Amino acid sequence: MTTTIERPEVITPEELGGPEGHHPDALHGDADHGHHEGPSGILNWLTSTDHKVIGKSYMITSLVTFFIAGIMAVVIRAQLLDPHTSLVSYQTYNELFTMHGSLMLYLFAGPFAFGGLANYIVPLQVGAPDMAFPRLNALSYWLYLGGVITMLSGFLVAGGAASFGWVSYAPLSNATNSPGAGADLWLMALALTGFSAIFTGVNLVATILYLRAPGMTMFRVPIFSWNMLVTAILILIAFPVLFAAVVMLFCDRHFGTHIFSVEGGGSPVLWQHLFWFFGHPEVYILALPYFGMVTDILPVFSRKPVFGYKGMVFATMSIAALSTGVWAHHMFTTGVVLLPFFSLLSYLIAVPTGIKFFNWIGTMWRGQLSFQSPMLFSIGFLLIFLVGGVTGVLLASPPVDFMTHDTYFVVAHFHNVLIGTAVFGGFAGFYFWYPKMFGRMLREGLGKLHFWFLFIGFWVTFMPQYLLGLHGMPRRVASYAPDTGWTTLNVISTLGTYVIGFSFLFFLINLMVSWRKPVPSGPNPWDGHGLEWFTSSPPPHHNYTHLPPIRSERPTWDYNHPEHRTVVHKPKGKKFAAPNKGDKETVGAPS
Amino acid sequence: MKVMSLFLLGVAVFFGIIGVIYWFTSYEDAGFLMLIGAALLGLLPGSYYLWWTYHMKLQPEEDPDAAMEDSAGTVDSFPGSSIWPFILGMGAMFALLTFVFGLWLAPIAGALILSALIGVTVESRRGGAV
Repeated sequence: MTTTIERPEVITPEELGGPEGHHPDALHGDADHGHHEGPSGILNWLTSTDHKVIGKSYMITSLVTFFIAGIMAVVIRAQLLDPHTSLVSYQTYNELFTMHGSLMLYLFAGPFAFGGLANYIVPLQVGAPDMAFPRLNALSYWLYLGGVITMLSGFLVAGGAASFGWVSYAPLSNATNSPGAGADLWLMALALTGFSAIFTGVNLVATILYLRAPGMTMFRVPIFSWNMLVTAILILIAFPVLFAAVVMLFCDRHFGTHIFSVEGGGSPVLWQHLFWFFGHPEVYILALPYFGMVTDILPVFSRKPVFGYKGMVFATMSIAALSTGVWAHHMFTTGVVLLPFFSLLSYLIAVPTGIKFFNWIGTMWRGQLSFQSPMLFSIGFLLIFLVGGVTGVLLASPPVDFMTHDTYFVVAHFHNVLIGTAVFGGFAGFYFWYPKMFGRMLREGLGKLHFWFLFIGFWVTFMPQYLLGLHGMPRRVASYAPDTGWTTLNVISTLGTYVIGFSFLFFLINLMVSWRKPVPSGPNPWDGHGLEWFTSSPPPHHNYTHLPPIRSERPTWDYNHPEHRTVVHKPKGKKFAAPNKGDKETVGAPS
Repeated sequence: MKVMSLFLLGVAVFFGIIGVIYWFTSYEDAGFLMLIGAALLGLLPGSYYLWWTYHMKLQPEEDPDAAMEDSAGTVDSFPGSSIWPFILGMGAMFALLTFVFGLWLAPIAGALILSALIGVTVESRRGGAV
């Protein structure tokens, strides 16, 4: 059953008696255009092609994997509490750190952003009724869920789950060193989630290019959607390479090929080339969406437009492009890669990232800051990602990398990057858009408790790990000798992990309270800027019955605050009309 | 359209340059091929969009001053609820599990995928344009 969607009508504040008179939400009485005739309950979950239902499914599934992987992290840290702990066997420990990394990277951080929040928010931000290919979107989710089930089922088979680390280096991952079905299930899970990501990438590109509302030019698309577009291109560059590598490894394991084994004339380093050609862009596939979320959140809680909109877009593009040329900085110690080339390109990434930081601070500078939960998490992101970025610059230097490679310094660095982005950025986005998705508010007090416990727990966990790395503690070890002097720092780090784990209780209580005693949010609780805040919360079946005129990158703000409309600077000599056709105002006149 | 074509052509130019520099400084073939592959990924859709930029009238979403009357008309046709993506996804999962647990899973995978393909085709025909 297909539905033909007519374009929503454009309304101006004057037509509705001004922004304070009637909110467009009032027009949503017949919210579904009368077209929503799908099933309900579990059948709705199984059959829906609505981007909002699929986005929520993605979010719930990825949060469940986040909590499973988080519990693994707590067990890992408990094992390292002191040299004599034997909570789990060495084999189980190897399985735990492999699955912790794999679940967090492949099945939480990416899908939560591009399958969950982007799926829900991008069509709303660009004014589209749905994703461009709704059934492909549903297929993406089912492939992703299949990947989650496949990867976790590794724990149920003889020999246990994969235990070669999330990078699966050859020859450790071959059939001799890692026998059993667990490793194969891990490979198949990557194939499934890889295709899920590729399909979502195609969907995002098509949606942002072809389904924008009238007037939503590319340089009016909110930064979050811009970042998702760039992320989608990165997905299309990176994930096919991962799939090819997975197929080759599987052939090596079962069909007698020797692509990654020296004895048959192959090259184990080739695996590293293929894996990191995927793996480094993957870091930015995980980071850029969260940069976008924070860029959309900071202006709202500073009550200013984003500072340097185009600079942000070009910085995103530069980061994405450079990220694909730096893969071998993970391979410095193999001794067979071009150190100056990869070192230089890695250093260069600091430039566009610095521009982003400058613009984030510029956005907050002299704004009317208010520190609700989304803003707190965004500021937490800035501080934590900053340290992750700076230690990344250190690691881009081959002499430093040779010293710290495979030590806890690297572990602390990438947790600084990924917890900064996927956890702080991700929860900033979650707290920010939760009212839009569910039509109810989360409690501020519990949100703030969640933030502060998480923020303090984070530093207590990972700062000691930098020192441990500098003292020479290697990563991926299940125990260490008592005379190394590492015990105190490990105890502090483990206690920090407990604080992080504790902080999520506040999050779960917050969800429960909001579910049991809902406080309605209304369509626009934060006085937001983007188009998504114009429609009701949650939005009707095909998102919009009416649209405001889109004359800048923050149409909802312009609609609600005609006296403070976003001033659009246009270059001299170009023909342009007043911001609103028929409007006598000349906001946006050339300067 | 123009912004996007320039963006994708930028991808092509960047990876082309980086690929050539990489080849002549390292002579490492895997990385070189992947960089050139990335350049082609930008070049093909980028030149397609560039061609359309000059062969298509200005779309309402590209017009910075699009007015109310521009917004009238149909956006597109969208499919309603469908069970087939679920069936196809599970079929794909069983197909890959066949490689792990053996051929006895293949009939299940084949049946699921085949029924999904037939189902989605019939659904599309019945539903009109998709």
